[in-house]
Amino acid sequence: MLTKRIIPCLDIKDGRTVKGVNFEQIRDAGDPIELGALYAAQGADELVFLDITATVEKRKTLSELVNKIAHRINIPFTVGGGIKTEDDVSTLLQNGADKISINTAAFLDPTIISRFAKNFGSQCVVLAIDAKCEADNNWYVYLKGGREKTDKLVIDWAREAVELGVGEILLTSMNHDGTKQGFALDITAQLAEILPVPIIASGGGGTTAHFYDVFTKGKADAALAASIFHYKEIAIPDLKQYLHHKGIPIRL
Amino acid sequence: MSTVIIQYNAGNIQSVLYALERLGVNATVTDNVEAILAADKVIFPGVGEASTAMAYLKERKLDTVIKNLQQPVLGICLGMQLMCAYSEENNTNCLGIFEEQVKLFIPTDQTIKVPQIGWNTISNLKTDLFKEIPENSFTYFVHGYYAAFGIHTIATTNYIQDYSSALHKNNFYGVQFHPEKSAKVGEQIIKNFLEIS
Repeated sequence: MLTKRIIPCLDIKDGRTVKGVNFEQIRDAGDPIELGALYAAQGADELVFLDITATVEKRKTLSELVNKIAHRINIPFTVGGGIKTEDDVSTLLQNGADKISINTAAFLDPTIISRFAKNFGSQCVVLAIDAKCEADNNWYVYLKGGREKTDKLVIDWAREAVELGVGEILLTSMNHDGTKQGFALDITAQLAEILPVPIIASGGGGTTAHFYDVFTKGKADAALAASIFHYKEIAIPDLKQYLHHKGIPIRL
Repeated sequence: MSTVIIQYNAGNIQSVLYALERLGVNATVTDNVEAILAADKVIFPGVGEASTAMAYLKERKLDTVIKNLQQPVLGICLGMQLMCAYSEENNTNCLGIFEEQVKLFIPTDQTIKVPQIGWNTISNLKTDLFKEIPENSFTYFVHGYYAAFGIHTIATTNYIQDYSSALHKNNFYGVQFHPEKSAKVGEQIIKNFLEIS
């Protein structure tokens, strides 16, 4: 049976993991390769590396980092952050990334999605959507790391993007992100029910029960989290054992 | 021992190369016919679309070369599908090493996603390719088309229905999943393949 996926996310700046990590087992907690390898050994199903470097040197340092990660890690991984052109994608895939994630650039020019899907296959194109529920009770798409609001409804953008060829959707609820109060179950379930591609839920996971909820009520195919893993608030093996005992299909 | 990874217009070739490196195996990525023929082991990887890949192989006469290889050959994902007789993906006649047909997953309800992306179990394991691999081990899959059951099936997986997650005939092996991305289980399967004589 196909299992639900647990995906730790590592934010990278200038080649280092940011947001802080708290691990004694690894020599250098800021080294994304070490941390990624540790998560892979602990049973993470995939990894996401999100580059938030703003410098012009970014492209080169990122492809070098991806190359090192690909040499070391024996599970699939996605790379995101500022990807705009076929050249960007080609370089990252050639250096060993399995998937790339796009966000603002795809919203501003949706033809990026169809071009990437045609050239590299839908299976490696992940659309990240930063979503926020406003006072009118509708979920809107936000851009530029959540700094810029749009008038587009999440559901409409997700539908369009799937038609253009994205293979997966990584949905982050800005209302829930960082709260540790649970995932956005309603919008996650809504997307999962109407879209033919897997939905990765992100934002708000604070307890093992929150993961159970997002796989059941939220109908998510995968769940992503960062700091709860970095700060060892939840250990991946414990989380997976818990979900397994609760009857969720999970890889142990 | 020399190991060659066949280079063609498909993705994930680097990942296979790096996975071999992690096992201490130096492989060559090439489309050179002499180098392929001379290798002890040949890996035929691939993530991509069947008709484009077949056209590319035919243009370089690699289709005939691959079919007639005598040493152990391992097809991965699209590589395995191309080793079958026919694929529904753009109605493509493939290499015909395995008689099995490649079909599109048809979801039986709205909650089932195609392609299948993620970790699923492999069962009914046969041959030395799965030596020391426990039944129902997890491997990583990304595919929208599947090889139907047949006489060459050596592993099965269930997604919508049971299908062939590995095939074997003579010196030819094919796996639908990605051993290069399947953690320890995948590493053992690659090791097993490299030990087949």
